[in-house]
This record gives sequence, C-alpha cells and structure tokens, in this order.
Amino acid sequence: MLDFYNIDSVLSEDERAVRDSVRRFVDERVIPIIGNCYVEGRFPKELIPEMAELGVFGANLPEEYGCAGLNNVAYGLIMQELERGDSGVRSFASVQGALAMYPIYAFGSEEQRKKWLPRMAKGEVIGCFGLTEPDYGSNPSGMITMAKEQKDGTWILNGAKMWITNGSTAKIAVVWAKTNGDTSDKSIRGFIVPTDSKGFKAKDQKGKLSLRASDTSELVFQDLELPADAILPKSGGLKSPLMCLTQARYGISWGALGAAMACFEEALEYSKNRVMFDRPIGGFQIQQERLAEMLTEIVKGQLVVLHLGRLKDAGTMVPQQVSLAKRNNVNIATDIAREARRLLGANGILAEYSAMRHMANLESVYTYEGTHDVHSLVLGQALTGLNAFK
Amino acid sequence: MKIAVCIKRTPDSESRFKIASSQTAIDETGLKFDIDDFASYAVEVALQLNEKQGPGETVVYAVGPDLVQETLRKAMSMGADRAVQLKTDAVPYDGIAVAKALAAELKGGGYDLVLFGKHAFDTSGGIVGTATAELLGIPCVTAATKLEIANGRGTARRDLEGAAETVEFPLPAAVTIDEGIARPRYPSLKGIMAAKKKPLETKPAQLGAARVTVKSMDLPPERPAGRIIGEGAAAVPELIRLLQTEAKVL
Repeated sequence: MLDFYNIDSVLSEDERAVRDSVRRFVDERVIPIIGNCYVEGRFPKELIPEMAELGVFGANLPEEYGCAGLNNVAYGLIMQELERGDSGVRSFASVQGALAMYPIYAFGSEEQRKKWLPRMAKGEVIGCFGLTEPDYGSNPSGMITMAKEQKDGTWILNGAKMWITNGSTAKIAVVWAKTNGDTSDKSIRGFIVPTDSKGFKAKDQKGKLSLRASDTSELVFQDLELPADAILPKSGGLKSPLMCLTQARYGISWGALGAAMACFEEALEYSKNRVMFDRPIGGFQIQQERLAEMLTEIVKGQLVVLHLGRLKDAGTMVPQQVSLAKRNNVNIATDIAREARRLLGANGILAEYSAMRHMANLESVYTYEGTHDVHSLVLGQALTGLNAFK
Repeated sequence: MKIAVCIKRTPDSESRFKIASSQTAIDETGLKFDIDDFASYAVEVALQLNEKQGPGETVVYAVGPDLVQETLRKAMSMGADRAVQLKTDAVPYDGIAVAKALAAELKGGGYDLVLFGKHAFDTSGGIVGTATAELLGIPCVTAATKLEIANGRGTARRDLEGAAETVEFPLPAAVTIDEGIARPRYPSLKGIMAAKKKPLETKPAQLGAARVTVKSMDLPPERPAGRIIGEGAAAVPELIRLLQTEAKVL
C-alpha cells in the first residue's frame, strides 16, 4: 500500500500492528474469495470465526467484556482494511460492533453487557440493528414500530424494519421502537430481540446490485412478546440510536478509504502493465491525471479520519465532524472507484478485478448511515443554525 | 517445553530495493520491516509445540538495535511469553559473530529446543542456526519441513530435491525451519495489546569478531526487453536458432 504522506510515522506501534494483522487477513482470506461471493450473492459466513479470533468485533470496547480495548484510530484502521476487501465484509463488522454491541454497552444493564458482549466478540452471537423502516429512512423519527408494556412488565412489539444488514444471520436484533402509543420520537427505546422469538420474521432482500456479499433483510414483528429485561434501560429518545450511528459512521469514514485504496492500487498496477499503443497506459497523461487525482483525495481523506480518530480518543469529537468525514470520504471513494473502473477499460467490468464491485458497493455506502445529502444538511445546520429538515 | 526462538528483523520481501551510497548495504529509507518470514514460521512451530504438549515457555531472542523490539513484540503478540533483545547498534553481516552472542545468552538457559528460520531473507546466510548449535554443543537439523517431539527426542522431515528424509535426534537440539511447515497465525488484536505488557529484557550483545564483511553490492542487471521474432509456425526455425546461438539454452 502506497503511504505517500508517511502517515505510518504518526501511527503508534500497536496501531500499525493492528492494521498489519488485519491487512494480512484481508489479503489472504478475503480478497481471494470475495469476487466469487459477490457474484454468487452470498456473505462469506465461513470468515466469521476467523474475524472473531482476530478480534475485530467491537474492538474498541473494553477488555472486561471480551473485547480488544483498542483506541479509535486502531479501530478505524481495522475498518479501512476490511473494506479494502469489500464493503459487505466491513458492514458486517460495523453492524456487529458499532450497531449491535455498542448499544448494549452504552445503554444496556450490567447483566445485559455480561450476557451478550463476550459472546458477540467471539462471533457466537451475531447481531443486527433495526432502525430504518420501509417508509422512514432519512426520517427515523417518524417510525411506526411500537412496543407496548404489559401489566407484568413484559412487552409486545409490532412493526417492520428494512435494509437490515445481518438481518437473516443475526441471533439478536437491537430494535428501536416507540413505546406505549406515544408517537413522538422521545418515546423511542431500544430492545434486544432474540430472532428466534415467536412473531419474528426476517426476509432476505433480493435483487441487490450492490453489497451483494452482504446479508440485507427485512424484519417483521407481529405481536412479538419480549421479557421485561429486553429493554435497554439507559436508552431514551431518538438520540440513542443516533449515537450508535455516529459510531458506525466514524468507522465508515475510514472504511470507504479502504475501498478507495484498493481501487487506486489496482488501477496503478494495471496502468504500469497494460500496454496500448506500444507503451504502458500509465505513460499517458490522461491516466496519470486520473491517478494523481485519486492519490490526492485518498491522502486528504486519510488525514481527515486520522485527526477525527485522535479527537474521538480525546473525547472531543462532535457528530458534525463525523458527518463531514463520512460525506467526504464516501463521496471521493465512489469517484475513485468509478475512475479506476474506467482506467481498467473493458477489464474493469469483470469480477476478477475489484473496481466495479467496489464502485457498486459504494453506492450503498453513499446512501446508508445518513445519505450524502442528509450529511450536507447536518453540516448546513451546524454552519447556519437553520434546520433544513423541517 | 522450554523453547527459544531466534528471530530477525528484515525488510518486506516485496519492497523495491536500492543500494545505499556506501555501496555495501541496501538503502533502508521507506522500507517496511517485519519479522523475517522463516523466523515467523519458527515462532509458529514453537507456539504449536507448546500448545500441544501442555505448559511450556516460548522465549524470543533478537540481536540488534532498539528497532528489533517491535519485531520481538510482534512475536509476543502471536503468543510468545517473553522476549530478550541482545542490543547492538548494527547487526554484523558475519553470522558467526551473531551466533556467538546468541550462544553466550542461551547457554545455561535450560532450553529443550532452539529454533531459527532456515535463513534470513536479507542475507540468505543460513549460518546463525548451525553455528549457534555448534557453539552450544547440541545437535542441529537444518531446513525442517515437519517437526515432532516425543519422549525427549525429536523427529524432523527435510525436503530434498525430488525426495524427503526423516531424521531423529535427542534434545536439547537446534532446528532451523523451512517454509511450508506451518502458516504463521495472525497476531490477534488482543494479542497485540497483551504483548505490550509481556516482559522484554534488553542486554548488551556479546558479539564475536566480525571476520566477514560486505565489500560491495550490486543489483541484478536490468532485463532487456523481449523481442518478437515472428508469428506462427514460420517463426519457429528462427526461434530455435536464436535459442541455440544467442540465448544458448538449447
């Protein structure tokens, strides 16, 4: 991997060691199979035990819950490397760590933490995160999924969630629902829902042309009974799921760079070897400009997330800074993937190369976890104080 | 079992190498260094032996400047219990000088087994393992592709050109490890964090005299571009003539 700005020199030894270990795993175990997985439309479940052994699930959560206790820069580097393999593989780890384990850690009781987190770190329990609904994506506060508390303290859950990564693989779903008939977003609470509960249905979403090596499902809850201790006691209001999204988006802003780096490296290598008009195409100005643009944007993006990670570790990061990084880095990654695909000519449409797979994946990444446009509005509000959502 | 593994820090074998202005070493600017591939196989073999045989200790040793501490920690992140740095500003080219430092340290350490890589990628000397064994007065097996220990004796397989042999030896012994014996594990993220807390001792290296030094280094000559002689069957006679007279391979 080209490190044009010698960013390695400002990473600590353990940050580099973590990156290198995951990098080797991705090179040896993910990249050789992922093109086929993508074509076949399957998530490589066989990698889950190895990813768990490596320690990537919830890697920035504390050691007392069986996690690696890494800092946020090391965590970001893991996401970068996983997405260098495939956005679907990174999404799996993001959802498990930032969207399923994190809410249990942040809003769960000590019993819930101890019950679930160590098994989730080991990959024995896979989680998913149910916030988005068929008619409420960018506007989660409008959700209609509702949980009603019974006299004995148990809950009845009704509703549906859509675009749920890991939905059909998961053993537990962290589901966000309004409570007790209150339709304001202040009533939103989180619930740990075992997917073998009566009244739970997960349906694989067919026909995806993006994130094909990832499980994306629709969840339906019909009069689903939950015990009293299914609720995440410290969750309260829409702010709680949004805090989870901030964690996940932080990882995505690193991850997208991984996809961009994979496309750049592939394009660079190809440009030096592919001969046209009796010389490597890398010798033509038009390709050199492409490569120069790609490299420039990658380096800028790397510096943004590195600093963002340092802010997060210092405890001073604000969600709007995550919006800027997610918005920029995913956007440049989609551009880089498309330019890399073009540089590869006709070969660029083949699954044998990674550019078009990344290009198609990144369209999902551009759209999920706060669309590009929504992050523009978050920044707009931060700048002007005026809310464009309402 | 108490196992010592002697490891070396070498540049990534996929780097592009340049010769330093001294003309006697490679230019290390911008190179990425890591545990030598063969040494990493040796670490893996030691860890697997101790996992299989129950309680034991795996201790890693490296000769070199403080930069080798990172390499030692890498081996500890894979699972080695502790590490010893034999400190010197520069690692001598002469493998016997290095072997003397290792032997002085390992002597009296009570090791059942001392493992090395078959050779290091950067010098391809293959001397340190055998010379250390000789200085310790223990049997030595080189380039093992399989290693089993039972009842105080070892059995090792060695792959030769077109054949393989199995050798037997008593412990304590030294074995140098060839590739293909075991896939080195990924240091787990917990392992990386745990390695920071494992003991790493630094002692001065009691190097022997370096009697062999590098006089000059050259890169291989640039390969000339290929030449297209013609197409189809008509080009074959000319191709054969050139292979005989010019390339002299037929």
